[in-house]
Amino acid sequence: MADSSLFLIVLTPLVGALLVLLTGRSPNLRETMSILTGFVLLAQVISITPAVLAGEIPHQLLASPVPGLPIALALEPLGLLFALIASSLWIVTTVYAIGYMRGHGESDQTRFFAFFAIAISATMGVALSANLITLFLFYELLTLSTYPLVTHAGTAEARRGGRVYLGILIGTSMAFLLPAIIATWYFTGSVTFEAGGILAGKISPLATGILFALFAFGIGKAALMPFHRWLPAAMVAPTPVSALLHAVAVVKAGVFSLLKIVIYVFGIDLLAQNGVRELMLWVVAITILGASIIAMNQDNLKRRLAYSTISQLSYIVLGAVLASAAGVAGAAIHIATHAVGKITLFFCAGAILVAAHKTRVSELDGLGRQMPITMGAFLIASISIAGLPPLAGMWGKWYLAIGALDSGYAMLVGVLMVSTLLNIAYLIPIPIRAFFGGSSEPKKPIKEAPIPCLVAIITTATLCVIVFFFPSALLQFTEALLR
Amino acid sequence: MIGAQLPALQVVIPLLAAPLCLLLYRPFATWLLTVLTSAATLVISALLLTHVLGNGPIDYTFGGWAAPFGIAYRIDLVNAYVLLIVSAISTVVSVFARLSVAAEIEASNQGIFYTAWLLCLTGLLGIAITGDAFNLFVFLEISSLSSYVLIAMGQDRRALTASYQYLIMGTIGATFILIGVGLLYALTGTLNMADLAERLPGVADTRTARAGFAFLTVGIALKIALFPLHLWLPNAYAYAPSAVSAFLAATATKVAVYALLRFLFSVFGESFSLETMPLAHGLAVLGSVAVLFASLVAIFQHNVKRMLAYSSVAQIGYLTLGISFVSELGLSATILHLFNHALMKGALFLALGCIAWRIGSARLGDFQGLGYRMPWTVGVFLIGGLSLIGIPTTAGFISKWYLVLAALEKGWWPVLVVIVIGSLLAVVYIWRVVEIAYLGERREEAPSGEAPLSMLLPAWLLALANLYFGIHTELSVGVAREAAKALFGGL
Amino acid sequence: MSFGGLYNYWIVILLMMTGFYVVIASGNLVKKIIGLNLFQASVFILYISVGKVAGGSAPVLQDGYEPYSNPLPHVLILTAIVVGVATTALGLALVVRIREAYDSVEEDEIHDQDESL
Repeated sequence: MADSSLFLIVLTPLVGALLVLLTGRSPNLRETMSILTGFVLLAQVISITPAVLAGEIPHQLLASPVPGLPIALALEPLGLLFALIASSLWIVTTVYAIGYMRGHGESDQTRFFAFFAIAISATMGVALSANLITLFLFYELLTLSTYPLVTHAGTAEARRGGRVYLGILIGTSMAFLLPAIIATWYFTGSVTFEAGGILAGKISPLATGILFALFAFGIGKAALMPFHRWLPAAMVAPTPVSALLHAVAVVKAGVFSLLKIVIYVFGIDLLAQNGVRELMLWVVAITILGASIIAMNQDNLKRRLAYSTISQLSYIVLGAVLASAAGVAGAAIHIATHAVGKITLFFCAGAILVAAHKTRVSELDGLGRQMPITMGAFLIASISIAGLPPLAGMWGKWYLAIGALDSGYAMLVGVLMVSTLLNIAYLIPIPIRAFFGGSSEPKKPIKEAPIPCLVAIITTATLCVIVFFFPSALLQFTEALLR
Repeated sequence: MIGAQLPALQVVIPLLAAPLCLLLYRPFATWLLTVLTSAATLVISALLLTHVLGNGPIDYTFGGWAAPFGIAYRIDLVNAYVLLIVSAISTVVSVFARLSVAAEIEASNQGIFYTAWLLCLTGLLGIAITGDAFNLFVFLEISSLSSYVLIAMGQDRRALTASYQYLIMGTIGATFILIGVGLLYALTGTLNMADLAERLPGVADTRTARAGFAFLTVGIALKIALFPLHLWLPNAYAYAPSAVSAFLAATATKVAVYALLRFLFSVFGESFSLETMPLAHGLAVLGSVAVLFASLVAIFQHNVKRMLAYSSVAQIGYLTLGISFVSELGLSATILHLFNHALMKGALFLALGCIAWRIGSARLGDFQGLGYRMPWTVGVFLIGGLSLIGIPTTAGFISKWYLVLAALEKGWWPVLVVIVIGSLLAVVYIWRVVEIAYLGERREEAPSGEAPLSMLLPAWLLALANLYFGIHTELSVGVAREAAKALFGGL
Repeated sequence: MSFGGLYNYWIVILLMMTGFYVVIASGNLVKKIIGLNLFQASVFILYISVGKVAGGSAPVLQDGYEPYSNPLPHVLILTAIVVGVATTALGLALVVRIREAYDSVEEDEIHDQDESL
């Protein structure tokens, strides 16, 4: 029973895409299709959750084009976590997108919602992949299916952004990730994800180091510097796409893939003793701090959030590189908490764009008085991203800090703290000045964001609050993971 | 029994159909005859393949004259595979050709067009099936002469000069092959390939044998369009009628590669061809350069057909890389890629043919917004392009994977890098077209609407075949591996 | 083995290189085809030379006519000659059409007209 349901999880959004294409003429019906598909998908993922948390790993073989390289699906706790986040946030994003696309008068909405669904299908494929080659397949499909979303506007600027997006993502995956997969196959004769990793004992420490570096840079979606430029370039996309990219699908697929490879291909123990760890920790630390500093200098709100994401993603990579139980737990938790936090921020950015037609941070003074709900949610999400209690983001940082101490890298705790300060510096002032800044003379009346947008914003902001008080849900996953 | 005569019928049916075609003369009748003949050859080649898979190689002698005195046809797995590819492509593309040819060639010439098509088919099938070296030359010339005619019928006047250039270079190549065969005959006294294989090892250490080998290899290399002897290909494919580009791109060079395989492995034996003569490294270098150089040049082309032609030169580089590994795995990668490349390029050129039918141009600038005006056609192009790049679940990925495995087995890391870079370059030139098709501003006054079904369906058939054989590889890979094993063991 | 005894092979080489040179170096399309013919003719002579048996007569299947020259190369060459004739005819037909389209049969003039040769 559990077996064929894996394929259905990947198939459902594709069916949804088809339904969207078929009902393109009547927007309301079409939107209903998207939301309905989202709920069905969420239901499917939830229904399989108890079994996986109890320790089962459902498995399904799809095809075997080359002997030894099957296309297969398997669900383990990390993948389940990712799938849950993706499917639940898809529904929220769709609701938001309805408000945004209509409020902004965007064209080609059918194409938009259809490729949205296809991208989610590819995301599910990444979450459920049983081996490196299936992961690679869905990873590339994700890049290809999000390309039309990034270049949705069709302008020359959108095309340029699309070219950078595609160029870096496919470039890194073909030049580094594919050779890394080939090398793994070469050394071990297998590409399957297995508990404890498949490389132990088959590969010299130097080769392990190089292989890890190839994987880390080959997964361009994790936005490690210097292959991070695609993220700000992708900001030409409509905001629901940015929300999708930065919270749900693309970036999380990247760091999730890296985390999964660390746990199931290398094995935590193998990496813990390797010299390349030092090197990668430097790269990660530089990305965390560097991206935060660049973020502070960005006036364009979405670009600021983009660089913030680059920085936050490296937290997760940090957890992967630390290769300790706490580090991995911290990384997994941060996948979830960053997702809800960042998506809220992007929702707010989009709402500001639609309602007030503003894109720059310097223009936002005083806006809070006219868009209180939006800026309120922005404040909540900012605190969560900064990692301060009483909001969800704190837990990720907490476990990462413990992981850093466990592995003996006390300096990393310092990096985390500095980064927290930087986060506060580039995020918190925005809502503060929105509420308390600006002149009090009457301005053009600005309404709040469209209702669907507000619903979405409130939902995700609430999640930021709730998850803080109920971290046990997330901890269940990490426990199952580390078993 | 007809069954016993199948090898002869494989060539005789299209050969007899050609003059019949000339007599029939009218466009529809000649088209129909071409499709039926191609279908007949497809059936025969399928029957031959199943027979060979089940019972081993077939030896057929003409007129009852036993080899090596008479002309013998020998069909083993490699031939049968190539026969299947050629006849299948001919069938699919000739179905496509009706409207495409009607749009590009005057009605009074269409009968002659299909006659030349059938002769070309005869020649290609003959090259693939024969077991006699001189017979191979004859069929080679038959297919070449008819392809000169086919190419010259293109609309653009540059088709004439392209055909002329191909004629000059092709005849030089064929004459080199003739010299090579002549030298071998002088040395051994036989023209039968199996007999040559037996007698050559005794005299292999002579200048004559080496000279003969050199002439043969260079002559065939010209036909394959191996860098740097590829100069005729871009113009020939760019200016030929669309159906001809599709047909030749998917078959002609494949059959020439088969001829090379036959001579290198069956007649001379791999230890002589690739180790005594320094061909292994030579082919590796030329193949790598072909991949990199041709892909680079393809990126800068404004004519999409020319871009695909340069892409073909790069793919031929991959084929030669497979040979240069001198291993069973490398050879199976090459044989597999013969099949997969035929599918890829067939689909791509058919898509271009549909586009040419609708907008009458192959210039990249005219493709703006085409993705919305002809979504199904550009969809075929997209699938073929993804296969060319080597995305998993496409046929192209399977070929690349086996090439990579063969490179790893040999430990030739530079070649691995070349293969990866080749894929990256393919991404660039394919994505140029996709970007313009989907993201260019839509021009309202441009001709719009899909190509007719009789053109679209064959294109989609090949596109779906790319996807199908990217997942269900038992047939394509299985036969390729068996064929490589047989070839590696000598005739 | 004296050089003089191999004079026919020297002629083969001479013709082959002359023909090849004409093909490559000549700018006139018709001359190229003639060069091609020379090139092919040299190959014919090669084959026939190979077939000749010193002191051999014409191949007649009757007592008293041994040794005889090998008739097979002659057969092969007849085929090759026919191929050569077909190629020449086709080539010249193309030249006629090119003349109609470009008003010239000089390679560089055609190339100037549309950079295609």
